[in-house]
Amino acid sequence: MQIYRSHVLVCGGTGCTSSNSEKIIKEFEVQLSKEKIDNEVKVVKTGCFGLCAQGPVVVVYPEGAMYTMVKVEDVKDIVSEHLVKGRIVKRLLPKDNMDIDKDDASLEKVEFFKKQVRIALRNCGVINPEDIDEYIAFDGYKALGKVLTEMTPDQVIDSVKKSGLRGRGGGGFPTGLKWEFTAKSQNQQKYVLCNADEGDPGAFMDRSVLEGDPHSVIEAMTIAGYAVGASQGYIYVRAEYPIAVKRLQIAIKQAKEYGLLGNNIFDSGFSFDLEIRLGAGAFVCGEETALMTSIEGKRGEPRPRPPFPAVKGLWQKPTLLNNVETYANIPVIFLKGAEWFASIGTAKSKGTKVFALGGKINNTGLVEVPMGTTMREVIYEIGGGIPNGKKFKAAQTGGPSGGCIPASHIDVPIDYDSLIELGSMMGSGGLIVMDEDNCMVDIAKFFLEFTVDESCGKCPPCRIGTKRMLEILERITDGKGEEGDIEKLEILAKNIKASALCGLGQTAPNPVLSTLRYFRNEYEAHVKDKKCLAGVCKSLMRYVIQPDACKKCGICARNCPVNCIEGDKTKAYVIDQEKCIKCGTCMEKCPFKAIFKNA
Amino acid sequence: MKSLAELEEIRKKALDKINIRKENNGVRIVVGMATCGIAAGARPVMNTIVEELKKRNINDVTVTMTGCIGVCRLEPIVEVLDPDGSRVTYVNMTPEKAQHIVSEHIVNGRICLDYTIGEVEKKEKSKA
Repeated sequence: MQIYRSHVLVCGGTGCTSSNSEKIIKEFEVQLSKEKIDNEVKVVKTGCFGLCAQGPVVVVYPEGAMYTMVKVEDVKDIVSEHLVKGRIVKRLLPKDNMDIDKDDASLEKVEFFKKQVRIALRNCGVINPEDIDEYIAFDGYKALGKVLTEMTPDQVIDSVKKSGLRGRGGGGFPTGLKWEFTAKSQNQQKYVLCNADEGDPGAFMDRSVLEGDPHSVIEAMTIAGYAVGASQGYIYVRAEYPIAVKRLQIAIKQAKEYGLLGNNIFDSGFSFDLEIRLGAGAFVCGEETALMTSIEGKRGEPRPRPPFPAVKGLWQKPTLLNNVETYANIPVIFLKGAEWFASIGTAKSKGTKVFALGGKINNTGLVEVPMGTTMREVIYEIGGGIPNGKKFKAAQTGGPSGGCIPASHIDVPIDYDSLIELGSMMGSGGLIVMDEDNCMVDIAKFFLEFTVDESCGKCPPCRIGTKRMLEILERITDGKGEEGDIEKLEILAKNIKASALCGLGQTAPNPVLSTLRYFRNEYEAHVKDKKCLAGVCKSLMRYVIQPDACKKCGICARNCPVNCIEGDKTKAYVIDQEKCIKCGTCMEKCPFKAIFKNA
Repeated sequence: MKSLAELEEIRKKALDKINIRKENNGVRIVVGMATCGIAAGARPVMNTIVEELKKRNINDVTVTMTGCIGVCRLEPIVEVLDPDGSRVTYVNMTPEKAQHIVSEHIVNGRICLDYTIGEVEKKEKSKA
């Protein structure tokens, strides 16, 4: 076997691929052979490191030095400096890590990683996801072997129950109980499904697991199949994730070749097969009953529960459905023990949770933290705070089903129950950070637009009710809000919550309800004073030129795209509010900062 | 896949592929690889160390590079750093001496005094 003194890991996740990591890999190969060290240094395409904002990311071992925002032109420097001469290329280290000495350049020292505990993401950015041997080297399939050769299905379910693991896809239902219900259903044929139809705006942890560590999901599903007595599994993954689909296909093929899928696995008499089903991109197909309807080949629409999938699911057979991140935790529970897993987190929420940080935050990306970590730690210590020194206003969790957590609750430890208490929910783990420049009515409108777009139309509360709510919100943000609109929103929200058919409809009003709860004053300002306090809603704001600050240069008038600014050298310029389209160009161009946004 | 033993077999083989990426708290061997070191022949020295370690199945030793230490006339320089913080600096290395260091210092825990910077300096002085 070829021995390599150094490994260069290049992120091949979707984020870094879109910022050119494929070309960087090629360039590494070219430069290494130019220096004639291509037989000493190995280039590995790996999964997501999580620091997507600073991608493409390259990590060089054995030093573990992490380079960020690497451009194709930088590869030459990394090769000639680091790999040939052993000198860390300091200018490419992550931002918060610039002035440290070379022994400290390793990625564990980067602020972004220090507070993280990576269980679900343990192999992401560490192994080559297209090589089953690397997964096995990091104890992959050992949990499956242990389960199949040493444990009974009951013991397996017992361990999952003891671990305290709860569903990571949204509701937070105890995973062990779900397994138990499915196991208790009597039927010749049962199914194990993986929900990889990640649809919340801003959430992408499931994609990262599939791209960076597909075997962990395969291993966990096989364990689940053994526990509940199913011989067939399906992974329902959205077609918009081409890299994830490709790596899953490769992983399934390799697992079959090794006999880790198929007949008589580990000589235990247990057989399990796995197939991929592609979703066509409907948000509602992430709802469990709609997902199963879609796998059956029908239009993806939810149906009433009960019967629950554990009793009658796919093709009317008992079915177990978990999401990607939930599965990614399973092998570790069997490797390190249920007690170990249960020792992490809070009283009722065990283990870790992956959050996709987005919005007004410096380190956009994926972070995995123990349950019970506070929002402040996630946003300021790991996320690097809010850009341009702006003030934190709120964080949105749970996507279109969740709500906002205001700055006053930033020190609340995050777990399933604390978020629900605050009127939000864990959801799949999208965490969108908002600063003082965000209008909360506008945010609620954004999420409702999404729900209206994605409503499948089967039940009237969701189809018609959310549409009516959106119309009211549009009216309010247009400056045409009427007395009583806020109350109407509340009544509609309550009724939709109570009467919609599926979880998506029932939670659709949440963004409105939670912003009303914490930011009612903003709604009232829109309706009564016709003011948008954050200066976002265009109809409610004006650009005004301060006459005494105006130096009469005319730059604003020359740049105005609709020629609505008048004036000359003798008198200050004035904006014609009737014609103004509120593009903000004048304010941007004014060299004397004489133009203000007036809310 | 028939048994855990079979899986372990594959795991052991695969470990060689990825060991370099695991966290290592054991001994570190640092090779000076600045222009001076490379010109003096540090590259074959480093490759020899990596190969020798593999041959003996030693997985808890990290081999890494560093820049110029400043005594260019004594390159190639190899330093062995113990987890307890102690450090031994070997100078004027060759692939043969490097082999010796792996078998004596790393495997048997006996420092190769003759190659250390102190001894070499002493000899040079007595010659002068």
